[in-house]
Amino acid sequence: MRSNYRQFIRNVPLHLMILPGLIIIIVFGYIPMAGLSIAFQNFSPIAGFKNMNWVGLDNFKYLFDLPGFSQVVWNTVFISAMKIVSGLVIPVLVALLLNEVRKTGFKRTIQTVIYMPHFFSWVILAGIIVDVLSPSTGIVNMLLKAVGVEPVQFLASNEWFPYILVITDQWKEFGFGTIIYLAALTNIDKSLYEASVMDGAGRWKQTWHITLPGIRPIVILMVTLSLGNVLNGGFDQVFNLYNPLVYESGDILDTMIYRIGLQDAQYSVSTALGLIKSVVSFIFIGLGYFLAYRLANYRIF
Amino acid sequence: MHHASRAYRWFLGLNYVILTLLALLCLFPIVNILAISFSSSDAVKAGSVTFWPVEFTLSSYKYILENQQFLNSFGTSLLRVVLGVATNLIFTILVAYPLSKEAAKFRSRTFYAWIFVFTMLFSGGLIPGYLVVKEAGLLDSIWALILPGAVPIFNVLLMLNFFRGLPKELEEAAWMDGAGHFRTLWSIYLPISLPSIATITLFAMVGHWNAWFDGMIYMKSPEGYPLATYLQSMLQQVTMIQSEMMTLEDATLLSQVSDRTTQASQIFLSVIPILLVYPFLQRYFVHGLVVGSVKG
Repeated sequence: MRSNYRQFIRNVPLHLMILPGLIIIIVFGYIPMAGLSIAFQNFSPIAGFKNMNWVGLDNFKYLFDLPGFSQVVWNTVFISAMKIVSGLVIPVLVALLLNEVRKTGFKRTIQTVIYMPHFFSWVILAGIIVDVLSPSTGIVNMLLKAVGVEPVQFLASNEWFPYILVITDQWKEFGFGTIIYLAALTNIDKSLYEASVMDGAGRWKQTWHITLPGIRPIVILMVTLSLGNVLNGGFDQVFNLYNPLVYESGDILDTMIYRIGLQDAQYSVSTALGLIKSVVSFIFIGLGYFLAYRLANYRIF
Repeated sequence: MHHASRAYRWFLGLNYVILTLLALLCLFPIVNILAISFSSSDAVKAGSVTFWPVEFTLSSYKYILENQQFLNSFGTSLLRVVLGVATNLIFTILVAYPLSKEAAKFRSRTFYAWIFVFTMLFSGGLIPGYLVVKEAGLLDSIWALILPGAVPIFNVLLMLNFFRGLPKELEEAAWMDGAGHFRTLWSIYLPISLPSIATITLFAMVGHWNAWFDGMIYMKSPEGYPLATYLQSMLQQVTMIQSEMMTLEDATLLSQVSDRTTQASQIFLSVIPILLVYPFLQRYFVHGLVVGSVKG
């Protein structure tokens, strides 16, 4: 009893420290969760929360009947799946290449430069990308013209648009993605390489039998954790790059939530869609963390 | 390693080339934008600008610096970064320190930790979040851009994992000297946590400087837009024009390319602060990020 009391007194400052953050999280994290109830209402901003008008699952039925809804779901999953795969393969490859570089100065310069795009916003990068890909004056099409290829309207073509999203996403993030793998590579026991050299292993064999198995746990970890992103196509990127011509191939759940909610002011329908997304994402994130825990012994905290 | 084989030397040479190309690929668009911003709009229209300014001129920069909206937005963004980073740091540290204690010593720890982490896994989404900010009377106020994200959970996790990695003896010694939790945090933990603090400062700064969406939905009039939101609204109009341009080419093309130089210089001015801060914090964030996220 006494020690319980003593411990409590001793920990009062800890509770006090956490209190302000807790209030913020309750107001801006948990109250909106309660606000999800408007997905089951016919909410109007004018009537407010006082005159609740419950409509059951009508908003969900309305959504599922929307023409093009399944296309949006498909776009989202297709785009994020491609992003997840390329976001795994490319950073691992780049990390392997960087790991072979012995000149520290060169290595550091390359790293500094390839991390950089991560810190620019999609607003800026989209501005640049629109410019670079412009059919008339963009440098990519100027190059294509130089080798005799007809200009391509990358950002206005439903064939190209999803791939442009994936490529530009990689362009922004591959450098930053390599950080974790590089760190994992430097943690591999050097004596393993020395031993393998004694056994006559060449560079390829070393990479195949030591380096890759050495980073396997972290790769598994990153893959499982990325599961939670299956329903995130990347709102910032899509919103800044798309236009009505490519809605068909580029519209994702988040852009649809935005358009229904804030442009058409259908608060309840938009929230219903948000709720579906949150629940499914939660399942995927949960699954991801569970697998990460089982396969790589990872804990969030 | 002593006898690099011929094939391996070839590979090394190729490796240098590939990596250099990748780095150039990351640099090139910035250089391209910079070159466009310093070129005359005639040269840009003709499509002759790639890496180097053609017919060098500062006219677009002069034009921007007389643009009141740009200057206002720049000021709003600076204010947002100062207030936002300070708020983020205070909340991150104050939440991370208690959560870094062992559950045996601070029994509520696990409970609190789940309350915070759960908001990372599940959220009310766009409209409920917007309604809360509106009901709180924060619309049109800079606090609408700061308070909803005041506790960045990801940064809290980085920070708490860093705190946990510190030797226990430090804390015990502080307690022996009669320091309480606040004193221990302030005089012992914070001074040795500079790499992690630098990392979360960088993330918070960049996050606030780049954030545009909240500005768009929480500010009723464009006068209150932070820079990123202002740029977004400006560039988005251009994207619209460009997509229509495919069908009715001539007229819109002309009106649009004429201010490509202006856009380029606005884009460039808006990334200068990041370019200035980045090199100083870069050496920390790799370390801070790895220590905070990979436990081993």
